[in-house]
Amino acid sequence: MQKITRDLLVEKAVSLLENGTVDMVLGWKKGEFDYDITPAVFADADSLKDFVFDDFCGANFSKYLISNTKKTASKVLVFLKPCDTYSFNQLLTEHRFDREKVYAVGIPCDGMVDIHKIRAISGEGIAKIECGEKITVSTIYDETVNIEKADVLAERCVTCKSKKHVAYDELLGEDGEVLESARFDEVEKLESMTADERFEFWQGELSRCIRCNACRDVCPACTCEKCVFDNPASPVENKAAANSFEEKMFHIIRAFHVAGRCTDCGECSRVCPQHIPLHLLNRKFIKDIDNFYGEYQAGEEVGSRAPLVNYTTEDLEPGEAVEGR
Amino acid sequence: MQVNERKPLIVAFCCNWCSYAGADLAGNNRLSYPADVKIIKVPCSCRVNPMFILRAFQRGADGVILCGCHPGDCHYTSGNYYTRRRMALLFSMLDYLGIEKERTRVEWVSAAEGAKFAATMNDFAQTVAALGENKRLEDLRCKK
Repeated sequence: MQKITRDLLVEKAVSLLENGTVDMVLGWKKGEFDYDITPAVFADADSLKDFVFDDFCGANFSKYLISNTKKTASKVLVFLKPCDTYSFNQLLTEHRFDREKVYAVGIPCDGMVDIHKIRAISGEGIAKIECGEKITVSTIYDETVNIEKADVLAERCVTCKSKKHVAYDELLGEDGEVLESARFDEVEKLESMTADERFEFWQGELSRCIRCNACRDVCPACTCEKCVFDNPASPVENKAAANSFEEKMFHIIRAFHVAGRCTDCGECSRVCPQHIPLHLLNRKFIKDIDNFYGEYQAGEEVGSRAPLVNYTTEDLEPGEAVEGR
Repeated sequence: MQVNERKPLIVAFCCNWCSYAGADLAGNNRLSYPADVKIIKVPCSCRVNPMFILRAFQRGADGVILCGCHPGDCHYTSGNYYTRRRMALLFSMLDYLGIEKERTRVEWVSAAEGAKFAATMNDFAQTVAALGENKRLEDLRCKK
């Protein structure tokens, strides 16, 4: 398989900029630290010197297309990993951006790494990280730690659902397959607990929420221009005492609003500064939808009808939904 | 019987066309159901957003019941079919978070079923009273 490198992507971007196909490139650039990669917009070949591509480039660019396609008269170049293409299709289904204004380049992905897992092994004080098959971490205490990439893959990449691109204009490298993934294992583990244990678990997780709204802002399915949680007339827009229902309500509603449209890209858990496993809420809805209404993968094809805007006369009753599990 | 026995507060969302008329019929027929059931009329059961239910709990309800037309009889043809899917997912999620599943219920009550309405409310009020005060869904900021 052709190895995707930074230079290859920059070369592609420069040639598309120069032949006038696109006038804007969505890519990644370095943040404050090596592992702190941030999404960026590049408008010309010169600025592409800041472009980076390594194992920390997890950001899903689909949502950025909504605002950026409105700013260009030409096309926007976007690099999409397989999981990003599902969000891309889902947004197209919802008519959130103009497909004609996007030039999508599919790039294969062998998983992104999670800085928190690296830090757990290397300790604090990371000065420099070199990515590759083996990850080399240098600390400010002049220590060097070698880590296997497989040991520090992000949770969503360990349980990757698909290496197949479902949308692109051009593909670099080879396309993969839809995988059999164990992504519902943790949901099942929670389901097998007693109600009290489940309540304890979620109380512990969700009471850490600081209501920064990062999960909402990053989610490619959350694209309302006005969000219900931004309503100052409602008392639900800020942080409440840790033992109150407030944060649970926020997270239930957040997950409910994307139920049936969530492609399970895992961005919510990636950006959470409190490391709350938010994907477990979304996956519960996905698992229930699969069980109750038949298997459905959001974003697999453009124009498919989401389960919550559909019905059959034979659907199960809400009472049975809880009993029948 | 204790004098100051705690009474559960129950919120019932009733659709305008079937269940609210069912409640009226129960009243006309002088059938009794607990006064702790507070009815909120909605145009259709699918008007009920999951947030309405959670907000009711947050503000001190001990149980929330949603009543609509029987599937197939919706005044707007298909509203209650959507409700059915939404509530199935919401109730399953509440259970996943360890919240007592007996506190929420969906019941289909037609305009002719006054007796069913009264029986449903009596039964639900009993179930909720047995569970005791709602602690897992409360928000102290909303308590007076």
